[in-house]
Amino acid sequence: MPTEGGRRPKLAVWKFASCDGCQLTLLDCEDELLGIAEEVEISYFLEASSATDPGPYDLSLVDGSITTRQDAERIQHIRSVSRRLVTIGACATAGGIQALRNYADVAEFRAAVYAKPEYIATLATSTPISAHVPVDLELRGCPIDRGRLVEVITAFLAGRKPDVPDHSVCFECKLRGTPCVIVAHGTPCLGPVTHAGCGALCPAYGRGCYGCFGPSNSINFSAFIPLLRRDGMDTLDVVRVLRTFNTAAPEFDAASREEARR
Amino acid sequence: MNGGKSRELKLGALGRVEGEGALHLCVHNGEVTEARLKIYEPPRFFEAFLRGRAHTEPPDITSRVCGICPVAYQLSACRAVEDACGTVIDGRLAALRRLLYCGEWIESQTLHIHLLHAPDFFGCDSVIELARIQRAEVERGLRLKQSGNAIVELLGGRSIHPINIRVGGFHRVPTRAELRSLAERLRRERDAAVDMVRWVSGFDFPDAGCDHELLALAEPGSYAIESGTPTAMDAPSTAGLPADADRALPTRAFDVHTFGDHVVERQVPYSTALHSVLDGRRHLTGSLARYAISGRWLSPIALEAARDAGLGDPRQGTVCRNPFRSIIVRAVEVLYAIDEALRIIDTYEPPAHPAVKVPPRAGTGHGATEAPRGLLYHRYTLDAKGTVTGANLVPPTAQNQGAIEEDLRRTVRERLRDGEPTDAELTALCERVIRNHDPCISCSAHFLDLRVHRPHSAAREGNPPTGA
Repeated sequence: MPTEGGRRPKLAVWKFASCDGCQLTLLDCEDELLGIAEEVEISYFLEASSATDPGPYDLSLVDGSITTRQDAERIQHIRSVSRRLVTIGACATAGGIQALRNYADVAEFRAAVYAKPEYIATLATSTPISAHVPVDLELRGCPIDRGRLVEVITAFLAGRKPDVPDHSVCFECKLRGTPCVIVAHGTPCLGPVTHAGCGALCPAYGRGCYGCFGPSNSINFSAFIPLLRRDGMDTLDVVRVLRTFNTAAPEFDAASREEARR
Repeated sequence: MNGGKSRELKLGALGRVEGEGALHLCVHNGEVTEARLKIYEPPRFFEAFLRGRAHTEPPDITSRVCGICPVAYQLSACRAVEDACGTVIDGRLAALRRLLYCGEWIESQTLHIHLLHAPDFFGCDSVIELARIQRAEVERGLRLKQSGNAIVELLGGRSIHPINIRVGGFHRVPTRAELRSLAERLRRERDAAVDMVRWVSGFDFPDAGCDHELLALAEPGSYAIESGTPTAMDAPSTAGLPADADRALPTRAFDVHTFGDHVVERQVPYSTALHSVLDGRRHLTGSLARYAISGRWLSPIALEAARDAGLGDPRQGTVCRNPFRSIIVRAVEVLYAIDEALRIIDTYEPPAHPAVKVPPRAGTGHGATEAPRGLLYHRYTLDAKGTVTGANLVPPTAQNQGAIEEDLRRTVRERLRDGEPTDAELTALCERVIRNHDPCISCSAHFLDLRVHRPHSAAREGNPPTGA
């Protein structure tokens, strides 16, 4: 993305409720890290640098979901000082595994973990960044894929749209040449309803996809859930497999609630 | 405050640690009256939502506690669930788990050494700045880190939140050919790791000690990583020795099934992490503790590198209690992990099955492994169908919190004796003291906010930009 005066664009990386894995993906780009640092100015990235620049920033990468009142305020400020805001990972994009609190009584959760729950300030829900501010792009995955992160940053630098297809994992299985685990082994697999991006890892290792990239652009749960049942899952199994890292993604949420009502 | 001179320092957002933390320090008449490591990482309630899940799910679910050490969570979870079900994984599958864990150690320890810790020794803010003056060393470190990732990617599918680990073993095991090409790369990196140990041993280290009990797993005959018995070494003051004494002291071991009787968590009002104490006393887990408990079982090449780096010989009862020098111990552990990975690969025969069956039964299981930053304990209670009815995770940073606070008190007290430091100096020093222990705040709940209280001058607030 061109910036005024030919200066390097400023990159910021922000953390909310998460495991840090998605921002860590940037540090896992061993081959690209020093190169990226020459093209952009890393202005705010606490995990990597104790220097902090107050902004504004050309590109903000946001890791994590909103679970406290202070964080709900902080994301407003970050949006106001960011030209582009990209969420990275399932927490920032769908609320993460911590969104399992959305189905429970958070006061009971707090009491289950902490002896003095009154010390702990938290919201009753875990929500994605897009529930609070406009988001320019959502990068999915628990965790995100390293190659896709580099693609988003390079596309941003070149001023073009990043190439991040939203079809299902099935496409990636075919590209990889992995035999279908559903057809060949009757293994329950969320690949048909899950967003691509991991390279169809799980089927390549002989297990069914567990949906860590969230819903794809083409889902049909009313046709799909009977397949899971045919392959041996009962209602509880189906609810559990939908209620993990993308549990609050609207499509997974609706399907698991419908299943739980059965 | 009345009478004497008081100051308060606050650091609102600690950099180069994993997660969100702050520090609050109060000084009165040259004495540290308060040193709090405040963890404000938002709570995520894993122990609550694990209830009701299947016994096969904790490895995948708890890996999401921490993006930096997911393998540690997966393998502590597997051990605890298998223990509850009365299954023991040994032989070739256990060796593959150890190989996987070596990959995480290499990856996580080199990340801490180069990206988080080394910049402190060169007065740099980040690895990017460090690379301007130590380019070759940083590039060597990134290559080493990549070789650790390569192990985890081959055995686990990907380096963050691996998908190939399950209760009972793996979904798929590697072929000998796949491991052979990995070994070629690791043999090159073993030489690089020797050079890395030499590099960090040349840093300028402040004199320091730590008067904590040291807790690590012990597995006689091996440097304990993925299994072992919790073993604690006395604190030097109990033997009338100074905190920086480099002598090994008596140890005591306890069965992992009694972990909860020995390591007790308590809650403090300023933190979303639970503090832990060992038999009522402060303790430290991590590299310094492992080196003290298991150092004699390092491989010859790692022992030689440790000796050349000035760490002495653990077979002669030498330990290291200077937290600033923990970076050397981490580097030695990277070298050992590469050497150990090569040993496992050289004798590898694929297991008959990628996993053994682990039928559920009612009961409680315990599992402990050595995460890169210290001992990680899991406990699960299952019903007869395998549904989790109770879960408890005790991460290393929660255990280390008390020790880190004591290190802060000690270091600041000693610094104040040498004259009046500025707030900026004191803050930088405190951050270093915290980074010495590679805190993982996502694990312990997560985040550091440093505050030094001083009524005589405007308090420094280093909070990240907020809308407020």
